[in-house]
Amino acid sequence: MSEHSVYKPEHPVMRWLERRLPIAGLVYSSFIVYPTPRNLNYWWTFGGILTFMLGVQIVTGVVLAMHYTPHVDFAFNSVEAIMRDVNYGWLLRYLHANGAAFFFVAVYAHIVRGMYYGSYKEPREVLWILGVILFLLMVVTGFMGYVLPWGQMSFWAATVITNLFSAIPLVGNPIVTWLWGGFAVGNPTLNRFYSLHYLLPFVIAGVVVLHIWALHMVGQNNPTGVEPKTKKDTVAFTPYATIKDAFFIGVFCLFFAWFIFYIPNYLGHSDNYIPANPGQTPTHIVPEWYYLPFYAILRAIPSKLLGVIALLASIVLLAFLPWLDTSRVRSANYRPLYRQFLIVFFLVVIGLGYLGSQPPEGGYVIAARILTAYYFVFLLIILPLLGLFETTKPLPSSISESVLREGLSAGASAPPPAKA
Amino acid sequence: MNAYRRTAFGLALFAAVAAFGMRAACAQEAEAPPGQRWSFAGPFGLYDPQQLQRGFKIYREVCSNCHSLKLLAFRNLADPGGPDFTEAQAAAIAATFQVTAGPNDQGEMFQRAGKISDRFPPPFANDQAARNANGGALPPDMSVLAKARSYERGFPWFIVDAFTQYQEEGPDYIHAILNGYEDPPAGFTLPPGAQYNKYFPGHAIGMPKPLSDGQVEYTDGTPATVDQYGRDVAAFLAWASEPKLDERKRLGFQVFVFLIVLTGLLYFTKKKVWHDVLHHPELLEPRPPTEYPKS
Repeated sequence: MSEHSVYKPEHPVMRWLERRLPIAGLVYSSFIVYPTPRNLNYWWTFGGILTFMLGVQIVTGVVLAMHYTPHVDFAFNSVEAIMRDVNYGWLLRYLHANGAAFFFVAVYAHIVRGMYYGSYKEPREVLWILGVILFLLMVVTGFMGYVLPWGQMSFWAATVITNLFSAIPLVGNPIVTWLWGGFAVGNPTLNRFYSLHYLLPFVIAGVVVLHIWALHMVGQNNPTGVEPKTKKDTVAFTPYATIKDAFFIGVFCLFFAWFIFYIPNYLGHSDNYIPANPGQTPTHIVPEWYYLPFYAILRAIPSKLLGVIALLASIVLLAFLPWLDTSRVRSANYRPLYRQFLIVFFLVVIGLGYLGSQPPEGGYVIAARILTAYYFVFLLIILPLLGLFETTKPLPSSISESVLREGLSAGASAPPPAKA
Repeated sequence: MNAYRRTAFGLALFAAVAAFGMRAACAQEAEAPPGQRWSFAGPFGLYDPQQLQRGFKIYREVCSNCHSLKLLAFRNLADPGGPDFTEAQAAAIAATFQVTAGPNDQGEMFQRAGKISDRFPPPFANDQAARNANGGALPPDMSVLAKARSYERGFPWFIVDAFTQYQEEGPDYIHAILNGYEDPPAGFTLPPGAQYNKYFPGHAIGMPKPLSDGQVEYTDGTPATVDQYGRDVAAFLAWASEPKLDERKRLGFQVFVFLIVLTGLLYFTKKKVWHDVLHHPELLEPRPPTEYPKS
């Protein structure tokens, strides 16, 4: 490290502290002078947004937990009591429920960014795998949170999802009984889901620390996928990245506030305002929107066991992207074929999301099978082959060169630089 | 490259058309409720206290014979953003109800007049009694009914709704059900004890037509029609299920003003901070070379 990036405390108290616990130096080198590529676009603000959302969920969640009762007889009414009798309880609950959805909005944007710009490639494999682990933890945490209000969808979602484990040969049914803590989804199930729903966010926070640590070892990727080479290629994290992140968190919050204050129940299912009733199955059991693509994959496969395997594989395969993608070029901007196939892949996932919300019958099942096939063909066949056969566009020699070139060719869409 | 773009576009279009076609094929369910005008719709819409009072009158005289309202207390009638009864009025309403209290010193449960702190007493002692009195059908509790009912919006409306802030599926549905009783079409066989309702999923509803014109007396000149009754009671139930709506929308407006100003300031600060990077890179402070592991 050069002398500019080393923290030199001037105040005697800070000097005293720094010799014992160099925490100010850590903050200084990680969040102030840390070099970030100068050409990052707004897709790179979602990491900051995700950290912000994790904070929102933990703060609102801790306060909600002070008023919630994890018992099958009281859970539904305790949530309604939060809505009616707790000061700003309605705000806390709508923040938390919609916050989960917006957490997933941000994580999907973050994943799309990573896939489009090849952020998972060498040397960022561990960073990427930690990200997939974070996504899995979020999926589990979100699912358990959805069960807590103990409405009809809560109860039946818990029943359907825990029953997936019964597909495991031989030990499936004992495992389900063990998960339930009984012979049906009941009070022990609700209690352990509540316990784990409180625990897992802190596990997520821990893995986030590892994720950021790994990021700071290898540095950020950027839209060109060319590593920074000189000081002209980077800017300091503060003020450049901090102010850009802050601005986009503001934009994100506007979008978030629209849902919280004006359409707080838009993303929810009306059946979850009916108290859980084990004797009455809802017409259509659907998960929250952010699980719909995976739910569609599960239902597209006729065999239960294979469906569960496909569901798991659809997420776990993402962890192997660094090796499935054989191309040496990172950014899709320089990979015309990959770009097309990837955009179709994103559309397919959106299509699967729509199909997951529809009843599993007739044309919906056929469509879901076609889209599921593309999902796996893309990851397992197209991706490895593309790297071998694709002709990529010439890469810029450095980030600064690409910035210069964009400035010249952007024309009317962006103001030309005052001095080239 | 253009060929690929066209292929991708074609695929997307095919998927959209196929999805739309399947929608139409599957849409053989109940008719969609007609949308009503609600005072509480949109970003500035608030409850109309007069309408909530009329709706409460209907609940009390008609609905409450079978439907409970367990989560509401009489004190809620005097809460801000509600039907705007005074505390004395709410206490007087409470006193007209008999509630079961106890046990007393002798260990007996007893009946007494309701207090403002009591919750609305249910019409039946338990679900079994309710079913027994209603030909096997259980009249649902009405506390969150307006949020627990919806109907299939379909594409593209479910997307449009996010922009138009349409959140009144429940009230529209309740109003439609109250106005949807008619004779079954030829060839439709009703199960015994059921009525035909064109908006009810499956059309065979257990609840007999609850309201008819002129049944509930209005003293403020509002037309005493089933159409108007339906709107008023649906508005009351919307309030019962979402009593903090007024507070939410008022706070929402303040939050929006704050966020727009903050985000605007952040935008201009960002522009200023980045100006030199984008336009005068030669003026920047010399920075240390970046150190990444070489790949």
